Amino acid sequence: MSGLSSLRRNLIAILMLAVAGAVLLPWERELQRDSQAAHFRTAPLNLSLREQIGQSGFLAALSGFRAPLAAFLWIDAHSAWEKTEWGRMAGLFNTVTTLQPHTLLYWDIAAWHMAWNASIAALQDTKQQSELLRERARRQYIDLGRDFLERGIKNNPDNYLLYERLGILLRDKVEDHNAAADSFAKAASFPDAPNYIGRFAAYEMAKVPGREHEAYERLLTLYHQGKKQWMPSLLAKIRELEKRLNIPPDQRIPETGATGTGSAGSSPSH
Amino acid sequence: MTQALLTLTRIQAIGRNTFTELVRQKVFYFLLIFGLVVIGNSAFLAKFSFQEEFQMLKDVSLGAMSVFLSLLAILATATLLPRDLEDRTIFTILSKPVQRFEYLLGKLLGVIILLTVSTLIMGLLFLCVLFLRENMALAETRLSLGGSPQELAAALAEIKKAAFSWDLIPAMAILLVKGILLSSLTLLVSTVATSGIFAILVSASAYFIGHLQVTAREYWMSGIGIHWWTRIFTAFVALLFPDLQAFNLSDDIVAGTTLPMGIFWQTVALGAVYTTVYYAVACFIFESREL
Repeated sequence: MSGLSSLRRNLIAILMLAVAGAVLLPWERELQRDSQAAHFRTAPLNLSLREQIGQSGFLAALSGFRAPLAAFLWIDAHSAWEKTEWGRMAGLFNTVTTLQPHTLLYWDIAAWHMAWNASIAALQDTKQQSELLRERARRQYIDLGRDFLERGIKNNPDNYLLYERLGILLRDKVEDHNAAADSFAKAASFPDAPNYIGRFAAYEMAKVPGREHEAYERLLTLYHQGKKQWMPSLLAKIRELEKRLNIPPDQRIPETGATGTGSAGSSPSH
Repeated sequence: MTQALLTLTRIQAIGRNTFTELVRQKVFYFLLIFGLVVIGNSAFLAKFSFQEEFQMLKDVSLGAMSVFLSLLAILATATLLPRDLEDRTIFTILSKPVQRFEYLLGKLLGVIILLTVSTLIMGLLFLCVLFLRENMALAETRLSLGGSPQELAAALAEIKKAAFSWDLIPAMAILLVKGILLSSLTLLVSTVATSGIFAILVSASAYFIGHLQVTAREYWMSGIGIHWWTRIFTAFVALLFPDLQAFNLSDDIVAGTTLPMGIFWQTVALGAVYTTVYYAVACFIFESREL
């Protein structure tokens, strides 16, 4: 062994590494596929991100420091918020969500800042004389918020949170009750979704002409789940729909249902 | 049997000495900086919502752990052989009945102990800060939130969910595995290096290339419309460098992705195999090196 020349020895070492690399290659690829199936290592590191974060930022992201970089940019976005630099905030949010597409919090708060804070600020912008342009800017920020949530959902389709947030945005900011109902219904379909989302879906459906019956069925299903669902708002909405849909009196929920006493304990004969 | 025991004893002795040497080099100042980063970061983040605060705390702390462990692994290992050669300590050691592979394994063991101790200290500090901030958020919520006991319980559960997750432990373990892999790679580089600086530069380059290995590998494997020289270059990168992106799971763990134990153990095993391969090649080179 000691007789080996330095060059020959190094060449053999490189060959040994190459053979080991070839043996490990299928394993590495399989591990990558398994990781991606489990939602790991799926964030894209491409040229568009390179343009957003600059060369050194891209190098940091490539070197395994994606999450800390996103955290620092988030702090930067927070500073931009304090200075009400909405445009810069939107850009930073874009970068942060590209770096960490599986962090729901980033999508959620980015959308909230755009659709609520930035849109209101645009509407109250005293520098802009034209009311028409102020209104246009308000709508653009709401659309931006919606876009964050829709992209967030694309990246995280297995979680109820962003569907719920999209439902709230569509309900309160866009006033598209049909789309809001669908978004809430989708959120409610997740087993870990809180109870109230199912009620929200039905309330929104009740506002859409032609979907009242669907809303009524949903609310009734919730009502039959027991007293834990008997919120005053739910009972009031059922009674309102009973009147609107002309439900026969014997199929309506008992009047005492609201208090949870008397005959309310028994299910209505629907 | 006796020979094996003697080998183990020698490796252990070299490992212990290496660890002591490294600690005396004040590498632990890195840990102090880390502590300040985490604690300072936590105080600064007080103005965020609790979800944001925990997210930032975990992102920055695990990121800092990754940086310091990688730096520590490269810097501590790169100087071991050149310094022993410069001090001529290596001749004293190898003139005794110590095999060269035992010497290298002892050196690697010393760095592994250093990395493990560092991970434990940094991990404990991070978990303490997280625990402290969690308890502060819980206390604030209990004081400020009215409403029904159910609502309060739901809010407290939300805070606990946002703060600690058991997946943080495997996330830290994988950072340690990556550090050990890097130290083994640096040890291999230092067996052909003539100076510590050279070993540091080559290992740091290997670190960056290792993070790009997956891109080169997939480009090479796709084989579509690429020139032969590009094919050779990407094959060179894919075969000679480890896929270091495989060890960057903490980003997604902090984002809330659940780590399947199968992936965790496979990643640990991949790290162990790489470490063994680099150590074996380092031994091959070192055995025939003229000192």
